[in-house]
Amino acid sequence: MEGKTIMEASHAVSEAVKSVKPGVVAAYPITPQTHIVERISEFIANGEMDCEYIRVESEFGAISACLGASATGVRTYTSTAAQGLALMHEVLFIASGMRLPIGMTVANRALSAPINIWNDHQDSISARDCGWIQFYAETAQECYDLTIMQFRISEDKRVLLPSMVCLDGFTLTHLYEPVYILPQRKVDEFLPEYKPYHSILDPEQPLTLGPIGFPSHYMELRYSQVKALDDSINIIKEVFDEFSDSFPPEIENSRPERYYHVEDYKLDDAEIAFVAMGSVCGTIKVMVDRLRKKGERVGLLKLITYRPFPKNAIIDSLRGVKKVAVLEKAISPGGNGPVFDEIRSLFYDEMERPEIRDFIIGLGGRDVTFMHIKKIYDMVKNDKGEGLEWIF
Amino acid sequence: MAILGLPEEEYFSYGHRACAGCGAALAVRLITKAAGRNSIIVEPTGCIEVVSTPYPETAWKLPWVHGAFENAASIASGVTSALKHLGKEDVNVIVIAGDGATYDIGFGHLSGAFERGHNFTYICYDNEAYMNTGIQRSGATPYAASTTTTPSGKESIGKQEWKKDLVHILAAHGSRYVATASIGYQIDAYKKIKRAIETKGPTFVNLLATCPTGWRTDISKSIEIAKLAVDTGVFPLYEIVDGRHIVNRPKSIEELKPVEEYLRMQGRYRHLFRPERNEEAINFIQQRVKENLRSLLEHVEKGL
Amino acid sequence: MINFENIKLKVNDKEITIGAVLESNGSVSNLKTGAWRSKRPVTNLEKCTGCGVCWSLCPEGCIVKRDNGKFETNLDYCKGCGICANECPTNAIEMLMEEK
Repeated sequence: MEGKTIMEASHAVSEAVKSVKPGVVAAYPITPQTHIVERISEFIANGEMDCEYIRVESEFGAISACLGASATGVRTYTSTAAQGLALMHEVLFIASGMRLPIGMTVANRALSAPINIWNDHQDSISARDCGWIQFYAETAQECYDLTIMQFRISEDKRVLLPSMVCLDGFTLTHLYEPVYILPQRKVDEFLPEYKPYHSILDPEQPLTLGPIGFPSHYMELRYSQVKALDDSINIIKEVFDEFSDSFPPEIENSRPERYYHVEDYKLDDAEIAFVAMGSVCGTIKVMVDRLRKKGERVGLLKLITYRPFPKNAIIDSLRGVKKVAVLEKAISPGGNGPVFDEIRSLFYDEMERPEIRDFIIGLGGRDVTFMHIKKIYDMVKNDKGEGLEWIF
Repeated sequence: MAILGLPEEEYFSYGHRACAGCGAALAVRLITKAAGRNSIIVEPTGCIEVVSTPYPETAWKLPWVHGAFENAASIASGVTSALKHLGKEDVNVIVIAGDGATYDIGFGHLSGAFERGHNFTYICYDNEAYMNTGIQRSGATPYAASTTTTPSGKESIGKQEWKKDLVHILAAHGSRYVATASIGYQIDAYKKIKRAIETKGPTFVNLLATCPTGWRTDISKSIEIAKLAVDTGVFPLYEIVDGRHIVNRPKSIEELKPVEEYLRMQGRYRHLFRPERNEEAINFIQQRVKENLRSLLEHVEKGL
Repeated sequence: MINFENIKLKVNDKEITIGAVLESNGSVSNLKTGAWRSKRPVTNLEKCTGCGVCWSLCPEGCIVKRDNGKFETNLDYCKGCGICANECPTNAIEMLMEEK
């Protein structure tokens, strides 16, 4: 398939995975990720993908099989959600520590208990410290594009880190949207065949992968890994630029004109800014338009790159804004919303600091409506409410 | 070149940090000799992983990967699938894992990989407890063994449960070759490992490996004890080939040596003899060992 | 093939590698574990028949076959467990206390 089409965001991810030609896919079914891996299974069953699909016995098996396959020198993909990502947690650290460029899609879903299959960001936000690159998509087109780009970024020899593309469960995974599918030849040009740079399991060149690091070396190894993630901010920008230059948008409003760590929406003269990630940004954009029609100077900062945290991009975008409302679908219990904390600490060293407030929204699939956004806007504008507010 | 039928080539270097008299280190020598150069080793966390790879050094002369404690069989699944994708299916994939990783924490992964039928060999160097963390009880720990989490005492015989019968559990997955082996019978062990590697699909060898530190035995007796484990029937040597049992040793109930000979040599069973002899427990072990061998021999008789 | 030179880097003046990758070159032999030993195997070459049992049972793999067909222990690595002495079919190996 290529060209303009209408498809589920999950299937846009599957199409992207097909086009990046992984050698091994290992996945375990979990709602709301299933449509992605079912479609990949169909591609393989119909001979459209030359790929080994390991139907593992758990998510722990999925990420471990990816570790083994990636270490053997093939491009490797998995997808999961919520409890599945939590079950993978231990191996997420190992994959990044071993610098294996595994690509993953997370269909964002709330964590138990109570068990809940609907969307929020607690799953991937809880995995933010695992050393993976994290992107958040707003639209099906972004899901498709980011899935192709994530492999280019992860496999860059200056990066060599695994990556996650996160999309909202149901509100995006099961949403049909117009998507432009690139011709295979174009994807091949953009993403060369995977060639292991630092790590391979091959009797021709025996290597030891995953040794024990004593206190004498652990800290230096950790430093080099963390530095690679920090430095990847520039390589991500390079890849975003190249992608944007090579593939301008084919469908209006399906993605940013040019990919960048953040998307500014009507921020130029904004006095109040929303900050958010994922599909809720679509709702917020419409609300911004409505408010602007009434003369309100409001905009949105959408985070696409969350790890590495795009510090400079955020400061640049929010410069001059007087009030910031961070809307997030996750919380650090006993603390605040994680995105809020990070953004607020960014401004500590700035001469001009906006007032920054935290709003917890949409947990466990609770709809986030225009009414909710308007309520938040009014609270911020009129200085009502506490620093951290739950918008039920 | 070969000595006693074993290749002279070493793939596991001296200088490794295993304890003196370590049965697992010898197990690794035998396994890697059977595997040969065209092999990839997958290792879960455990004694051998720790003693063989103190960064920036390694004992290995083969491709080797370690991920976590529980997932070696899943990592091996990924390796075999990647090799298949690359058209390099002639490479042997071998997991070398301790009993904690195999019987307990990695059991789900092991079962999954066997059910899926990946072409790999899983060798458990079975030293019958979590030795790396300090001799805690595992599913492979035998009845009455005193460990740091099942210490013997006024109210305790040591471990209260019998060893898990993992070999038959894996045979029930439809594996074409599963076997027990002991470092005490090194040539037999080598041949079984080789056969396991040469058999297509998932195969398993449970290789008994004395741990002088955990069993509280004389470091020079690691082989003698591993032989006695077999000759007393505590750890009989057998194979299940395409679903049929072959008992290698002991061949009959009559030739069994008394279990006491084996138990007496080990500090982990000291409480069965001192301060006073626990006749009941020793008899219980003796009877169960006999029944176990009888059952294995019956399988052979019936062609099962 | 991995170009190993490419993946070396220096942090805090310490040489490390990307992802802690090592060449499987048996480099643990940098440590002479013979220093752990309290007893030393001494082989009576008159009694040694060159059967190789000691070699096949050594956990270190530090017993080597000599040109004359007999076996000798590399004391740089021998930890002195004494398995060889215990298993030798002709009792050709004796364990003697190390004097230091």
